[in-house]
This record gives sequence, C-alpha cells and structure tokens, in this order.
Amino acid sequence: MLAVRDLTICVGPAAKAVDIVSAVTFSIDKGEVLGLVGESGSGKSLTSLAIMGLLPTPGPRVRAGRIELDGSDVTALQPWQRVEAGAGRLAMIFQEPMTSLNPVLRIGDQIEEAVRVHDGTSGRLARERVRELLDMVRIPDAAVQLAAFPHQLSGGMRQRVMIAIALACRPQVLIADEPTTALDVTIQVQILGLLRELCDRLDMAMLFITHDLGVIAQLVDRVAVMYGGRVVEAADVGELFGAPSHHYTRALMDCMPAPSRQRRLRPIPGQAPRPGTITAGCVFAPRCVAARDVCREALPPQIRISERHEALCAFPLGSGRSP
Amino acid sequence: MSQQDFLELRDLRTAFDVTRFGRRLRLQAVDGVSLSLDEGEVLGIVGESGCGKTTVGRSIIRLAPAQGGSVVFKGIDVLAARAASLRELRLRIRMVFQDPYASLNPRRSIGDSVAEAGDINGTFPSRADRTGRIAETLSSVGLDPSYADRYPHELSGGQRQRVGIARAILPAPEVIIADEPVSALDVSVQAQVLNLMMDLREQLKLSMLFISHDISVIGQISDRVAVMYMGRVVELDATRAVLDSPVHPYTRALMNAVPKPDPSRRIAGAIELGEPPSQFDRPVGCAYRPRCPLASGRCATEAPELRPVGQHGRRVACHNV
Repeated sequence: MLAVRDLTICVGPAAKAVDIVSAVTFSIDKGEVLGLVGESGSGKSLTSLAIMGLLPTPGPRVRAGRIELDGSDVTALQPWQRVEAGAGRLAMIFQEPMTSLNPVLRIGDQIEEAVRVHDGTSGRLARERVRELLDMVRIPDAAVQLAAFPHQLSGGMRQRVMIAIALACRPQVLIADEPTTALDVTIQVQILGLLRELCDRLDMAMLFITHDLGVIAQLVDRVAVMYGGRVVEAADVGELFGAPSHHYTRALMDCMPAPSRQRRLRPIPGQAPRPGTITAGCVFAPRCVAARDVCREALPPQIRISERHEALCAFPLGSGRSP
Repeated sequence: MSQQDFLELRDLRTAFDVTRFGRRLRLQAVDGVSLSLDEGEVLGIVGESGCGKTTVGRSIIRLAPAQGGSVVFKGIDVLAARAASLRELRLRIRMVFQDPYASLNPRRSIGDSVAEAGDINGTFPSRADRTGRIAETLSSVGLDPSYADRYPHELSGGQRQRVGIARAILPAPEVIIADEPVSALDVSVQAQVLNLMMDLREQLKLSMLFISHDISVIGQISDRVAVMYMGRVVELDATRAVLDSPVHPYTRALMNAVPKPDPSRRIAGAIELGEPPSQFDRPVGCAYRPRCPLASGRCATEAPELRPVGQHGRRVACHNV
C-alpha cells in the first residue's frame, strides 16, 4: 500500500547539504501496522512528514529515493497534486491535537469541514457522515461534543476528534506521529485500542511513530528501528523482541526500566549523534559494545537475518559473527 | 528522635484559585494527603496528570501554598516556618525539577547555577573554596569540572539534568524532592540519570520523594510507593508489593494500561476505561467511582479513607476491596 525506497532527506544549502535521513526503506501492506521507533533526532518524524509531503519549505528536502502510494510514485507531488493524480489517500495525526485544531471553531464544524472537502457534500448528508465518524472513534454524547470548543475537551477526546478528521478522507494509510505521547497511560491504552480496531475494521494501513518500545510491542505488526537517520533493524514484532539482531535494538531494550525488576540499569554509553553528523562507518559504532575497526571505517552491510528480518550491522547478535 | 518523625505530611490540602473565562474557580489539587518519608528511604508518588503529585512535592517546601494540614520535618513545622528558617529548610530539602531546559537560567554559567544556593546563603568561605565545591559537585554527578564555565545551551538534556541534580545536592541536603526528573529524557539517557540518582542516594545517604507518572521508573528507584488519584492517595505500600499485586481498582487499571515490551500481550481492539472527571467538578464520594468496575452505592456518598487492607501494611482507599 505504501512503499518507501531509499528515502534520503537533506538540509542546508545545496553546496554543503548534509543528509539527516539516509536510505530509509520500508513498505506497509493493507491493514498492516508498521511501527517506526527511535529516540529524539533519529529521523522518524522527518520520514513521516516527507511521506505526507509536509516537509517545511525552506527546510529539509527529499534528495533521493521514492515514495509510492498504492503503486503510484508521489515523491515529487504536492499534497493537492496527489489528489488530482488519483493517488492513494493518506492522513496524519500528531502528538498534540490542540495545536492541530482551530481553537475558535466548534468541534462539529471542524469535522464537517473535512467531510465537505473530501466528500463534496453539505447539509444533512455531511452531518450524517460526521455522526458516523464520531461513532467510529467512539465519542459518546455526540450532540454535546459537537457543540464544544477544543479547549473544553480532554486530551484523549481531542485526539479522537483528530482521528475522526483524519478518517474523513477514508485514508488507505494513516500516519500517526507519537499520537499518545502527551496522554496519560489509561487514556493512551484506549486510543491505541481504537487505532488498532480502526485498522482492522477498515483494512487501513498505519505507520505508527513512537519512542516507546512498550507501545510498539503491544500495538504493531512490524517494526523498523531508526537510529541516526537510518533504519538499523526491521522485523516482525515477535521476532524483533524475541531475537533482536542489532546492538542498538538490544541496548535500547536493556536500558528500559521495568516495573518488575529492581537492578542497575544498563544505559547506552555516550549520546545519540546530532542529526547530520557525518560518519564513514556505522552510525551506532561510537556507542556500540561490539564495534570493531571495520565498523568505524565502512557502512555496515544490510544483513538478512530471516525472511522478514534485516539488520544494518556487520556483526549482528546471534549470528555467530559477533566479535 | 524516632524514624517516623523524619518527614511527615498530615492531611495536607492545597488549592489554587484560577480564573477560567471570567469565572473564578477553585482547584483542589491536594485533598488531604498523609504520608511519611523515613530517613534514607525513597518514597515514590505515582499518578496521572492532575492527580496532585507535583503539588504535594511543591507544598512541602512551600513553593505551593498549602491551606491545611501539616508538614513536619525533624520536628520543625514547615508550614509555619518564618522566612529565615524556611530558607534554611530549603537547603536541607532540595528539589530537582522535570524540565532541565526550563529550570536553568540560560544566561548563567553552569558553575553559577550550581553554586547558587551557597552564594545566597553565604556558605562559601573563599573564592577558592567555591570553585572547589563546584568542581567536586559536578564530578559527583558525572560531569567534568570544566563544565562550570559553560552555559545551558551547550549541554544535552541529560547533561542539563545532571546539572539540576548537582545544584540540588551542593548544600548537602537531607531530602531530595525529585519531580519527574527523567520524564523529558530519551530512554538511553534516562537510564544514565536514574543510575546516577541511585548512586547518589547510596553515597550521600539521601532520603528522596520521587514523583513520576511512570510506574516503571518508580519501580526502579523507590522503596515504597503512594498511588494518587484526584488529589488523594488511593494505595500505599512497598513498591514491589503494589506492583506485584495492586489492590485499588485504579492502581489495577493503571498497571494494566502501562505498555509492556512484550508482544504476546497485544492490544486487540477498543478498550473502554473512561476519563478522569473535571478537576473543577469533583464527584461526591469516591473520585474514581465514575470509572470504577467495583463501584457501589456507598461510593457515591462517602469518600473512602485510606485504611489497612490485608496483613502486610497495605493501605487502600476503597470501600469494596
């Protein structure tokens, strides 16, 4: 449904542009949820903005690679051109719904606007569709909520409204950029459950971006781990957690505090590279316990661990090639 | 002096008057909290946004105005303390704040920020002594003493939080109130800072009130935990015991909702857990009643008090467990 091939995003004037996202490749099937996980500065949000065609201008730009939506190349198309070209439909939700909603318009009017734009309907038909969308995102007391302004809703309700607006275009792919990071856990779990239900029911694909491995484990089908602007490991969720291959993935799992054990944590030494740091070798090598000279000198190979599991590492864990 | 008298909060109440669209409203952030912190102990306070956990911490050193109840630190009535003794208390009870970007003055060097408490209180006998203390404190939080001459914008989030910890421990405090000290950090950096706090606690024999929304972090660092909901403590016991067998229906829901890095526990579909009520419109009786699967008639009229449940010192505020 969505395929990203060798996506490379650079910043800076043409003469001295540096890549901040390098050769990112993944694809998502119908009804599938792909989790893009990484820490601050890993390039996960830029990747999602590039897919939406929402990179700010002037600013970062796509230097190489292809973005295919439902079989057609949309890399160079602006969002409105995509609609005209009849390309597949994308929608996106963000971390803080308050900044995406208009504070002086009632919720009902904002959802209806999206419906009018996408369906070309108005009046009773549009209002019926609004009701239908509210049911889909499980907003109770529709009449009350439709008349409310954004500030009168809780964070969880606002995110449901954003999801309703996103669904107005009947997207084939939903991009969710940290949609629950600002929410409390008892609210987060409800939004995650809702998103999962919608993907299954509407056969909608979802690109879910988060820094939280716990959310990844419980929600997604497939995972791509990003570090320093690259996808360093990609696998089905069970395999990734059962047998991580990249040393960064392993280290990230090890340094998570867990409620069930009290022990010294094993932090990853050092700091994540600043976006745009140029290295000849592996981006993770400076912090990697298994790094050898070769890791610092040349970009590691993309190693196929199994049918659906790849790692960007010369000495992947459990391969017998570990130093 | 017995251990119980180290730091004792009794029936603490803190409210804020806020104006919303011209209407004056009262927000009861902390609604009768009684807790004690033993010497050398780490007490965790966990809860979601608006549960009052931060206000409890701030009320203790009077950064938030408590209207009722008492805070007694080693026999001193903190809420009644006059300016001079309050200043001295604030050297013995120190805070570490959440946002290392907002809590450091961007125009002051790291050294000046770290030494601030000593400068204000005139505790450095000489210039050389001051420089030495700054260097020593920076080293103890894992920063090179040369950072003293740098400014906050030159530091990463993790380094800034180390500075936040350094300025808290400079006057050799007895209690640290840490308010979400690792929430703004990426997990790999969060682990570094948590390890540092655990080390300092051992080395400096600190007692700590550790406030967090993250049950995993609390599980990592605290000996006992108080779970808060809508301004009240709903469950209190040894951390391990609460995490292994939560009793209060809210604690149970909270534990279940925490995302676990375990793909076998997948979220299959929609889950309905409700949302907390408005803070300005607190339900009569138990505040958790509208969301509670165990709610009974009594919950609608009578707010449950924290009471012993079972034999092992667990205290729970619920009529129905």
